[in-house]
Amino acid sequence: MTDIPLLSLTIFLPLLGAVVILLIKEDKSSVDNIRKVALCTSIGVFLLSLLIWLQFDNSKAEYQFQEKIRWFSDFNFYYHIGIDGISLFMVILSTFLTPLCILASWESIKIRVKEYMLAFLFLETVMIGMFASVDILLFYIFFEAILIPMYLIIGIWGGDRRIYASFKFFLYTLLGSVLMLIAIVVIYKLTNSMSIADLQGNYFSTNIQMYLWLAFFASFAVKIPMWPFHTWLPDAHVEAPTSGSVILAGVLLKMGGYGFIRFSLGMLPEASEFFAPLIMTLSIIAVVYTSLVAIAQTDIKKLIAYSSVAHMGLVTIGIFIVNSQGLEGAMIQMISHGVVSGALFLCVGVIYDRMHTREIKFYGGLVNRMPIYSTVFMIFMLGSVGLPGTSGFIGEFLIIVGSFKYSSIVVIGAASGIILSAVYMLYLYKRIIFGVINNEKLKDILDLNLREKIILIPLAIAVLLIGIFPNIFIEPMRLSLDLIISNYELVNGK
Amino acid sequence: MAHLIIFLPLLGFIFSLFLGKKFSFKATQILTTSFLFISALLSWILFFSFLGERETEIIHIFNWFTSGNFIVDWSIRLDSLTTTMFIVVCSVSACVHLYSIGYMSEDPAKERFMGYLSLFTFFMLMLVSSNNLLQMFFGWEGVGLASYLLIGFWYHKPTANNAAIKAFLVNRVGDFGYAIGIAGIFYIFGSIEFDIIFNNAENFKDHSIEFIGMTFSTIDLLCFLLFIGAMGKSAQLGLHTWLPDAMEGPTPVSALIHAATMVTAGVFLVARMSPLFEYAVYTNLFITFIGASTAIFAASIALTQNDIKRVIAYSTCSQLGYMFFAAGVGAYNASIFHLMTHGFFKALLFLSAGSVIHAMHHEQDMRKMGGLFKKIPFTATMMWIGSLAIIGFPYFSGYYSKESILENTYFSSSSMASFAYTIGILTALLTAFYSWRLLFMTFHGKTRSDAKTFDHAHESPLVMTLPLCFLALGSIFAGIFFAEFYIGKLQYSFWGDAVILHKDGHHYLPFIQTLIIKSSVALGVMLAALIYFYKIHLSKILAHNLDPLYSISLNKWYVDELYNSFFIKPYFAIANIFWKKGDEKIIDGYGPNGISKVISITSGYLSRFQSGYLYHYAFTMLGGLVIILTWFIYF
Repeated sequence: MTDIPLLSLTIFLPLLGAVVILLIKEDKSSVDNIRKVALCTSIGVFLLSLLIWLQFDNSKAEYQFQEKIRWFSDFNFYYHIGIDGISLFMVILSTFLTPLCILASWESIKIRVKEYMLAFLFLETVMIGMFASVDILLFYIFFEAILIPMYLIIGIWGGDRRIYASFKFFLYTLLGSVLMLIAIVVIYKLTNSMSIADLQGNYFSTNIQMYLWLAFFASFAVKIPMWPFHTWLPDAHVEAPTSGSVILAGVLLKMGGYGFIRFSLGMLPEASEFFAPLIMTLSIIAVVYTSLVAIAQTDIKKLIAYSSVAHMGLVTIGIFIVNSQGLEGAMIQMISHGVVSGALFLCVGVIYDRMHTREIKFYGGLVNRMPIYSTVFMIFMLGSVGLPGTSGFIGEFLIIVGSFKYSSIVVIGAASGIILSAVYMLYLYKRIIFGVINNEKLKDILDLNLREKIILIPLAIAVLLIGIFPNIFIEPMRLSLDLIISNYELVNGK
Repeated sequence: MAHLIIFLPLLGFIFSLFLGKKFSFKATQILTTSFLFISALLSWILFFSFLGERETEIIHIFNWFTSGNFIVDWSIRLDSLTTTMFIVVCSVSACVHLYSIGYMSEDPAKERFMGYLSLFTFFMLMLVSSNNLLQMFFGWEGVGLASYLLIGFWYHKPTANNAAIKAFLVNRVGDFGYAIGIAGIFYIFGSIEFDIIFNNAENFKDHSIEFIGMTFSTIDLLCFLLFIGAMGKSAQLGLHTWLPDAMEGPTPVSALIHAATMVTAGVFLVARMSPLFEYAVYTNLFITFIGASTAIFAASIALTQNDIKRVIAYSTCSQLGYMFFAAGVGAYNASIFHLMTHGFFKALLFLSAGSVIHAMHHEQDMRKMGGLFKKIPFTATMMWIGSLAIIGFPYFSGYYSKESILENTYFSSSSMASFAYTIGILTALLTAFYSWRLLFMTFHGKTRSDAKTFDHAHESPLVMTLPLCFLALGSIFAGIFFAEFYIGKLQYSFWGDAVILHKDGHHYLPFIQTLIIKSSVALGVMLAALIYFYKIHLSKILAHNLDPLYSISLNKWYVDELYNSFFIKPYFAIANIFWKKGDEKIIDGYGPNGISKVISITSGYLSRFQSGYLYHYAFTMLGGLVIILTWFIYF
């Protein structure tokens, strides 16, 4: 291991870029420089995270690249960071999507460019920091800090009803955050430790576990989001600018799934076993209910937002059936969803930038004018539908395979996504892309420009890469997940 | 060699996708077509090497993914079942590629079309060469995708778009069963590799499993789930509605995908899994029942359709029914043999129909045809050959395979066998009738088309007629040449372990039964001749007098209407209720909006206390004091 604190560098490089941007005075001539600095910084971060992946040892279950500095002298709080198989791809997903988002806002963000880029780079730091935290308090700080740039991005650069959207978002997350904070205080009181690594196991009495589990559930269920705590998501997506939606769907929803694996399964196995039927019920409702709601939508972004809830329903099923197929499937499904739904939002952004509307009715026949756009959109649509060979299939199918052991109702609920997801996605694709152009305004719409190709093609490659060579992604996470599974099975006597 | 067969079409697709625009469209056409011909040639070589006694060969490519003990490999399984599918798929696909050069000559997107055809072929080959259920699922969904793309190829037509979506969705209903079936097989057998499943199948003969609160025989349940997938792909009764609509796609597509290859994937699945289906007693009864019902149901619709392609489409559906009930009674070899001969003669029929449509400037309605024999004698001859094969005229390919199916069904001990056998004979009669109805309406009698179209009707170019010749050869000789291997004396050495064979020797049907079959076929032809050739006005009188029956047949038993009002409309209605009532009224209404309303109302009340008037505060203080004092005094 080298002496360079690689992980800290990855976390704080975006902040460094932000400082540089802060020094640039914003005027017409320097706006482009601001964008370039932001882009270069985020690409640098992405390369660093790839370096971490390259040096990552697949044969270790515990945290790697650890850095630990005492934070307060009187308390057991540490600046303790590290990466294991569970957090590795969450970090890479964040660093992969950020440069694409910055590129996507190159032209669409015209006002307050400097502040926008600052917010985005700050967002990147806290996202990576959250996934890399080993100390629970540190995790909580990052977890909550994400809301600040996110509020700003929706609130300043958002759509017309952004106040309502951020109010809803706030109301839901507030409830969860408060309860999670209480749970964290209780954990510290009981164990005098804040280390995620040390607390993996079964350190709490059954009774305490139940309360702690519910407190964490309140926070994660809102984030992921589970039915019926999902209604903030469509509104937030619709009002957020394109890149905001990408991060929201691509990374922020994963915080819920990540939290469930780390805290609920890892620290509270008995309670997880007890509450699993509740999760299953809510998840199956989510898959069926939101898939149905999706098809009735008239706004493209809302449709994709609802499809996210359905896909995340599969993830929660995968997590709480607690076996290799289920957990690995859930992880892959989260990565895949991050890429696919991020890409779908970017696709919506492409036509929104041109026509300034997201009404499905407005469009139709785009294939006549935009063949390349139609092709990449098709790949992401198929990824969302879960066609074998795309990323969506691997996760979805592993979860179906894993859930057969759990219960036949759950397997039917999980598999119903096979039909339902195809219904709304194909119907959407037909209405936007196929047919003839009837709308006069669409007659001169242009196909993807170079910048948009640079954004969308890497995502398309990622979708196929995960679909055809999923082992690259499953192998690093295997041992870390196995550790959680074996602990869970030991505690629950399976 | 097997690698080349499978990956050449993929190469063709990649070329047409990325480089198709850079070169002239001819480069794509020549490249993809020649790749397919190489694949076809190689697959025939491979097929002949399996005519002798050759062991099953498994070629491992690489590990797709591993999760726990769920291990999925990319691999190629070569045995006589795979090679049979190889020759059918590659030969028909090569013919269709060549034919499309002519048929699509006026289309602006030739590269895309050729690319999709090659992509389809690749997925189909992956499907049939798989050594586990999941790679098969990969091919299975992949052909579904290619079919979706090709049905909707003319994306400016709304009907084509709707048909494409319908095809994909109905197939996905089947795939839903298939996916759960795979999950179940992994749960029971701990693997999805064929050899492991087959070797352990017998151990689970009397095993039972709980599913949605009921107890089932394990193998019956698993096979039933897999069969749901097969029903979707092979358009069996209930999930058949997509196939006739799929005729919206270009005719070469109908020939390749919706007649010869993809729709037979369901039959292939049952044959491939035959060592497992062997033990699924009740599911086999169900398969026999569905197969036989589909056979007669689809044939009854084909009787009255006027669109030349729809007649052939329903005929495909009906023939698939034959293959399924053969598989249901355990005659997997007869089933696959019929799959092969059917592949040739049905592709021939479709491509000939395409040639007719081409000649008639995209007219598909047979009521506007007639008398075309004089104009396009070659195409008409080809159509005659195809029709002779499908009705099982002696020594044509269909004769051997259909006879073998009926024979096996007659001697089967299955309790559904006599039902299936009776239906089989009845359907043979109907098949003869609608085939000759098609011939007479299209090629004979006086023309009913307008003079201009009729005068311009012309024989198709060589690139279109040549593939017809190849397929005609297959339709005529596939039976004579290969019957011995598939269903005759050499069947045991030919099949090996590829499918389960029942070693009860070879029986011949009693003379009286063969007589019944042959005379019912002859009766069908004669009736068609009577109504559509000699007494053309009879058809109208019959249609009028048999009205309820005629309407049912013409309107396809109203299944689409039924589905529309029972599934599709309620689906959208429920979706809207969930959205408007569930999300907006209940969850938002009692959730965030409700809370904020409650807060604003209560804070409205609370704010009244801060009125700013001194006497209000004084009064409140006094009231508080009274309460506190009372508290202290009494408690």
